[in-house]
Amino acid sequence: MVLAVAIAAYGYVDVGADIDGKAPSDALRYGLGLGALALLAHLAVRRRARYADPLLLPIAVLLNGLGLVVIYRLDRSTPNDSTAPTQLLWSTIGVALFLAVVVLLRDYRVLQRYAYVLALVTLLLMIVPIFLPAVYGAKIWIKIGPLSFQPGEIAKIALAIFFASYLAQHRDALALTGRRIWRLELPRGRNLGPIVLIWLVSAAILFLEQDLGTLLIFFGLFVVMLYVATGRIGWIAVGLVLVGVAVVPVALWEPHVHVRFVDWLDPMRTIRLGLGPSQLAQSMFAFAAGGLLGTGLGLGHSYLIGFAMKSDWILATFGEETGLVGLAALFLLYAIVVVRGFRTGRELHDPFGRLLAIGLASLLALQVFVVAGGVTDLIPLTGMTMPFLAQGGSSLVTNWILIALLVKLSDAARRPRPPVPQLLTPPPEPNAASAAAEPDPDDEETEGVPTV
Amino acid sequence: MKRSRKPRAPRPAPPAGAARLSLSRTGRRAGLFCLVLILLLLANATRLQVFQAKSLDDNAANRRDVIARYSQPRGNILVAGKPVTGSRQSGGPLDYQRTYTAGPLYAPVTGFSSQTYGNTLLEGVEDQILTGQDSRLSTNAVWDAISRATVPGGNVWTTINPKAQQAAFNGLGGKRGAVAAIEPATGRILALASTPSYDPNGITGTGPATVTGWTRLTADSTQPMLNRALRQTYPPGSTFKVVTLAAALQSGLYSGIDVPTDSPNPYTPKDTDHALTNESASDACTNATLDYALQVSCNTVFGKAGVDVGEQNMVRTAEAFGFNQSQQTIPVGVARSNFDTGLTSQAFLALSSIGQYDTAATPLQMAEVAAAVANNGTLMRPRLLDKVTRGDGATVQTFGDRRFGQPVSASVAGEIQQAMVNVVQNGTGTNAQIPGAVVGGKTGTAQNGVGNSGTPYAWFISYAKPSASAAAPVAVAVVIEDSDANRADISGGGLAAPIARAVMQAVLSG
Repeated sequence: MVLAVAIAAYGYVDVGADIDGKAPSDALRYGLGLGALALLAHLAVRRRARYADPLLLPIAVLLNGLGLVVIYRLDRSTPNDSTAPTQLLWSTIGVALFLAVVVLLRDYRVLQRYAYVLALVTLLLMIVPIFLPAVYGAKIWIKIGPLSFQPGEIAKIALAIFFASYLAQHRDALALTGRRIWRLELPRGRNLGPIVLIWLVSAAILFLEQDLGTLLIFFGLFVVMLYVATGRIGWIAVGLVLVGVAVVPVALWEPHVHVRFVDWLDPMRTIRLGLGPSQLAQSMFAFAAGGLLGTGLGLGHSYLIGFAMKSDWILATFGEETGLVGLAALFLLYAIVVVRGFRTGRELHDPFGRLLAIGLASLLALQVFVVAGGVTDLIPLTGMTMPFLAQGGSSLVTNWILIALLVKLSDAARRPRPPVPQLLTPPPEPNAASAAAEPDPDDEETEGVPTV
Repeated sequence: MKRSRKPRAPRPAPPAGAARLSLSRTGRRAGLFCLVLILLLLANATRLQVFQAKSLDDNAANRRDVIARYSQPRGNILVAGKPVTGSRQSGGPLDYQRTYTAGPLYAPVTGFSSQTYGNTLLEGVEDQILTGQDSRLSTNAVWDAISRATVPGGNVWTTINPKAQQAAFNGLGGKRGAVAAIEPATGRILALASTPSYDPNGITGTGPATVTGWTRLTADSTQPMLNRALRQTYPPGSTFKVVTLAAALQSGLYSGIDVPTDSPNPYTPKDTDHALTNESASDACTNATLDYALQVSCNTVFGKAGVDVGEQNMVRTAEAFGFNQSQQTIPVGVARSNFDTGLTSQAFLALSSIGQYDTAATPLQMAEVAAAVANNGTLMRPRLLDKVTRGDGATVQTFGDRRFGQPVSASVAGEIQQAMVNVVQNGTGTNAQIPGAVVGGKTGTAQNGVGNSGTPYAWFISYAKPSASAAAPVAVAVVIEDSDANRADISGGGLAAPIARAVMQAVLSG
């Protein structure tokens, strides 16, 4: 944890050193600010979730700190647009919400009760921007005074909770009933109804808002959680068809999205046409310029990307200034959080907790994939923000809540069980004594199959 | 999937939590899927940052090269150890912009370095040194490559003699023309002047002012950016008679400059009925000695001598003096000076031998002719650079003297020197006399244009020695193409010789 703050503070000083030849004057203030936030969060976890996975919070702090460093660094290239202070403010809000979740949410299982409420509120929030003017080609913003907010971000978590809750209740029905078409076993419409309805409405809203990235993440989350809950490949087929039906026409005919598909397939097209490099081409140039070891913080030229370089494109700055090595480390940090999330899922015993942990971890992985894949020309660009790193309050706050929930879940998963039930309930858990490597208690078919 | 069996037939109300695949199995698969996604990202990042990095870096639309190039002060071009260039902060996205301390004076040497229009002449050929990109500039190349340290630009030391350069530039004044001066024993170029010149300071940056300046310079009919000393060829006219004289002596056509030649006046080559005549009918060019023929510049004597020497000997001698080189670099590229090969017509060979018809030479080429004669027959390769140093002064590369060839023997060279001295003492080149020094030279007034309608070019080539036995420290060629001058006044001796004298004096006075 101390290391995480120290690395971020060092990065901040390094930016100043490389650009001005001296440490930034507010380095101490910045480092102390981040340190204070980290300390508060740490104390809260120690008191209210003391069995929580010890890696989650430090990694979140580190990612947030690195994001601040790079945003500060890019501020130096855009003298008229200073965003690091705002981002620090949002970080504070994010940590405050983290604290709120960790302290106030005594048991994550209460969330199950509010699943439908959460889903409805989220839908409402998402509908509002449709009636507001589009910002940067997408109608996903609610603007109140100087603050703007993307309800789609927070909706991701609400949706994960809703999916987890619904699937935990209905997974047997979904898994064990259905009709067989050719070789795929499709689920029954009745069981599928509510969840597909919610998903369709969300998708339709995003469709109207032209927010392809969120749509992709929603879809990915939906399919992954359905598969995890039911173990049926048929769901994936259904999901693929649905997303195909939704995305193909948009990609072909909606100009804002169509351009992104064309750029994805041929990022250097605009150069050949004499229009200069597209943002994607500039981003690829930035990654290439970074090479293996990077140019060093503050010494790259990722500002050539221009618009949204601190949010959607922030990864390009990492790629250029820290190189493949830095990028790999960054991906590793995300991978650790994702793996820890999935492990939490395995260690939990109630289906809701399991699904929620897996859903949140998948959500993070999907965000990373969709964003990083977009700016590196692996998949079409979607205009999303890199979790924790990118400038943008809604995303940052959302991901802090995500980490808070994972912390709570992992706390529950790793909490030593009281000894009494162990003695009293042997039948469902034959191996309860060795909690770590126990075979899944609610799984009849894994018996005899070694669990690794 | 493999394990998805059909549900066991009638199974009412399965136990709570029971699914066909356990959550831990599907969860693990989903987790693996997420890890695969992240691995895909990493693989793709490797593609961009390692495998495609080179081609992306080299993409013309990638501005990083340009930004890096101007991110630090550019190395300097030095004349006699003093920079004639500089750098200043532009305030724009490209940090440093080139400046020139005496732009028009040294423009034919430095060329320009423009953020908009690229680099020319020394700025062009030594660009890698000046920007610091040349690997030799780095004290620890491997570490610098890893740490991406920016190596300060190196400095380029020219051979230019500032006094000679100034004398040449002042001498040309408002006239259109060029001067090239060489140190005969080494090939070091002492002066390269071209007028009208331009101030490269006006085109080094970016933006509308630079574009306007550039447009004005390129639209100017006097071609101020043309380096006439290196890149423009002119018919050398009578100055070429020095080459023909060398061929006649070296081939043994005549045993010395004092024997009478076999030269009718006027001379009509066999395959034409156009007679070759001389400028002044009063001159005794008939069967004149080569010495006298050079002194008064007899067309008839040298036209016939060229024909008598023969096409092969003329070509061999001209090429030994440096004609017909298409890739000459000093290290700046020099235009090819031409002497026709394979001429079968005696009329054209005769005209070529007196520096007309297709014969054409750069001022530098004619300075090489004078230099070879002055250097006792040995032609050194002309060079513009002494050395290249790092920013901290350590020498990276020195440029040594290199011999080009021996167009004439030392004894023949001595005779040509004698004839050229005679030209300055008694002939058409008296304007080049320097008291106390031995000066040898040759004038030229070359016909120009269709039917000789254009204003003739005035030429003068010469060398100077502080005493008869000393080595010549300077050889020079001057050409004036001045359309404003009175046609009758245009002559090598009148317009060009005083400029040559000024340059030689500048060098002699040290």
